[in-house]
Amino acid sequence: MSPILTVNNVDKSFGNFKALNKVSLEVEKGTIFGLLGPNGAGKTTLIRIINQITLPDAGEIYFDGKKLHPNDVYQLGYLPEERGLYKSMKVGEQAMYLAQLKGLSKQEALKRLKFWMEKFEIESWWNKKVEELSKGMAQKLQFIVTVLHQPKLLILDEPFSGFDPINANLIKDEILKLKEDGTTIIFSTHRMESVEELCDYIALIDKSNLILEGNVNDIKKKYKSNLFEVGLQTDHHDMIFKQLSAQFEVNYSQFKSIHNDLKMTIKLPENLSQNELITLLTQKATVNHFIEVVPTVNEIFIKAVQEN
Amino acid sequence: MNKLALIIRREFLAKVRNKTFIIMTFLSPLLIIGFTALIVFLGKMNNDKAKIIAYVDESQLFVSQDFEPSEDVTFIDFTGFNLDSAKVEAAKNYIYGLLYIPKKDSLNQIAQDLQFFSNESPNSSIVRNIERRVENRLGIIKLNEMGIASDQIEQAKFKADLKLSNFTGEARSKFVNEMKAIVGSIAGYFIMLFIIIYGTMVMRSVIEEKTSRIVEVIISSVKPFQLMMGKVLGTALAGILQFLIWVAVITGIFFFLIAFFDVNLAENQTKLTTDQMAMMTNSSDQVQLVMMEFMNLPLLSILLLYLFYFLGGFLLYSAMYAAIGAAVDNETDTQQFMMPVVMPLILGIYVGFATVLNDPHGPVSVVFSHIPFTSPIVMLMRIPFGVPWWEIIVSMSILILSFIFMIWFASKIYRIGILMYGKKPTYKDLYKWLKY
Repeated sequence: MSPILTVNNVDKSFGNFKALNKVSLEVEKGTIFGLLGPNGAGKTTLIRIINQITLPDAGEIYFDGKKLHPNDVYQLGYLPEERGLYKSMKVGEQAMYLAQLKGLSKQEALKRLKFWMEKFEIESWWNKKVEELSKGMAQKLQFIVTVLHQPKLLILDEPFSGFDPINANLIKDEILKLKEDGTTIIFSTHRMESVEELCDYIALIDKSNLILEGNVNDIKKKYKSNLFEVGLQTDHHDMIFKQLSAQFEVNYSQFKSIHNDLKMTIKLPENLSQNELITLLTQKATVNHFIEVVPTVNEIFIKAVQEN
Repeated sequence: MNKLALIIRREFLAKVRNKTFIIMTFLSPLLIIGFTALIVFLGKMNNDKAKIIAYVDESQLFVSQDFEPSEDVTFIDFTGFNLDSAKVEAAKNYIYGLLYIPKKDSLNQIAQDLQFFSNESPNSSIVRNIERRVENRLGIIKLNEMGIASDQIEQAKFKADLKLSNFTGEARSKFVNEMKAIVGSIAGYFIMLFIIIYGTMVMRSVIEEKTSRIVEVIISSVKPFQLMMGKVLGTALAGILQFLIWVAVITGIFFFLIAFFDVNLAENQTKLTTDQMAMMTNSSDQVQLVMMEFMNLPLLSILLLYLFYFLGGFLLYSAMYAAIGAAVDNETDTQQFMMPVVMPLILGIYVGFATVLNDPHGPVSVVFSHIPFTSPIVMLMRIPFGVPWWEIIVSMSILILSFIFMIWFASKIYRIGILMYGKKPTYKDLYKWLKY
C-alpha cells in the first residue's frame, strides 16, 4: 500500500514558539490514523499545515505521491474541533455554498446533499436557519458538509464531541463505511476508547515532537510489560500468594470472575516462557483465568508523554 | 463557479437580504427629504416672529418711514416716555429691545451716541438693520442741509442687481457656487458615511465568521486572501446597489420637481444669454434657473467619480476594517484600533468644509485631494467646481496604488488574525503577525 500522505521533516514556529519540530509521518491509504497528543502539543498546527491553512517553515508534504498542491484542497475534508456555521444562513443554502467552495458543481452538490440529508433524515431542515438548530443537529450538518465532496483524505478533529450516544454511533458507522469505500481518515481525539475502537495507526505528538508512530498492535507489543492477570481457584490464598511472591513480582488485582479466586497480576521474568508459567501455576491450583495484560492506548499515551 | 465569485455572491446576498439594508435603502431618501423639510419648516417657524423693537427718539429727527417693519423687526414708538421709564415699560411688555436716539448738537454726535438695550445680545443682522435705518435718515438730513431736495435724493437711489454669466455668455444663477458647495458637501459626506457604514459591515462580518468558527472550514477550501477580497467586494457591490437605488429615487423626485415647477429643459440646450436672464426676475424663474444650473453641473462625471472614489476609498478602508475584525474576538475590542481608521475620514470632512468650499483650488484642498486617506472625500467636494483631468487622474492613481498596498498589508494581518483566539492583540502583536 502506498501512503496517501507523507509529512517529511516539517518545522513550524510562531515567533519564538516552536509548534512543530521536524515532524515526519506517513498515512497509509484506506486506514484510520489516530493523531494524538496532549493539549497544545502541535496537532492542530499539523492539521492546518496539511489543510494548507498555514504554511510550514521547512519540510515537505506529499499528497497521493505528489507534492501538496493548492488544488488538493478539493480532495481533503476537514472537520475542525471548533465547529462553526453561518448562523443566519439557511441549512440548504449554506451546505450548497460550502460544497461549491470544495469544487462541486451546483447540480452535483444538490444531488449529493439530498442523498445525505435523506440518509440522516433531516430533509425537512433545508429552509431552517442554522441558529434554529440544536447543537447536535448543527454537528450533523457539519459532518455532512465535511464529507459531501467525497474527499480522499478526511481529517476529523474530535468528531464525536457534542453528539449523544445514538448520533455518535451513527457517525461512527459512517466513518467506518467511508473507510470501507477507500477514504483515508486522520482522526484526532482525546477519547482513547474511540481510538482503540477505530484506529489502525496512531501517531503521538508531544511538545512539538513526534514521539510515537506506527501500527496500533505493534505499539501495544512494544509497550507490553509481560504482565499477566491470573485467577487461581484455591483455599490457600495467603500461602500461594506468599510462595509466588518469593519467585515473581506479584500484586493483588481486581477483575470480574464467577469464582472466589485468588486474583493477582504476575510479571513474567525474562527467563521464563508463558507456557512454563502456566505449568507452574497449574501445579499449585486450578487456573481459572490467565490473560496477558495488554496496555490500552490510554496507558501508552500517558506513559509516552510522561517519559518524554 | 469561480470561488471568489461564490464568496462575493454570498456576501452580497447576506448584506442585501438583511432587513436593515432593505429598510435603509428605501427609507433613507424619504428620511432625508423629511428631515430637510423639517429643518426648513423649523427655520421658518423661528423666523416668523419678527422682533419687536421700541424706540425713544429724543432728537425728533426721525419720521415714521424710518421705522417701517421689515422681515425680522417691527417698531413701536416709545418717544413719549423718558429713557428710564421706557426701559421699564419695554421689559414689562416683553419687547425685544429698546433703541435710544439722544438729542445732540450734531448729527455726528447722534450717530456716535446711539444706544440699544436688550436682554439677549441681538444678532448682527438686527444690529445692521437698525444702524442702516439711522444712517439713512442722518444722510438725508445732511443732504437736505446741503441744499439737495428729498425727491432728488430719492432719484439718486439705485438698486444694483448683478446678473452672472461666464465668459461665453451663459447665464448663471447667483446661487451657483452655493449649489456646487452643496452638491460637493453632500457627495463628500455620503462617501464618508458609506465608508464607515460599509467598512463596519465588513468588520462585523469578519468577526462573525471568526466567533462562529466557520472561518477555519472556509479557509480549508479557499485562501484567506480570497475570503477577505470576496467579503470586501461583495459588500462594496451591496453599497453600490444601495447608492444607485438612492440616485434613482432622488432623480425621480427631481424630475417630479421639474414637472411641478414647469422647467423647460429644452431651454437648457440653447443656453440662456444674459439678456434673456435679465428678464427672469420673479421667483419661479429663479427656481428654473437653479434647476438648470444644477443640470449644467457635470452630473454624469460626478456620479461616475463618486462611484470610483467610493469604491477606491472603500477598498482602502475596508481592508483596514477587515484586518481589525480579524485581529479581535468581539466588537468591543475593536475600539483601540478604530481611531486611526476614523480619524483621517473626519479630517477629510473638516478639511473639505473648512477649505474646499471657500477655495476649491487652494493648496490645502489640492494636497488633501491627493492624499489617499482623504482624497475620496476632498476630491469629490472639489469636483463640482471643476478639477483638471490630470489632477483627477493623479489622485485616482495614488488611490489605486494605496488600496492595493493596503489590501496586501491587511491580508497579512487577516491571515494570522482569523485563527488567533483569546488574547486581545496589541499593535505590537499586529506588527509581529506581519512577519509570520
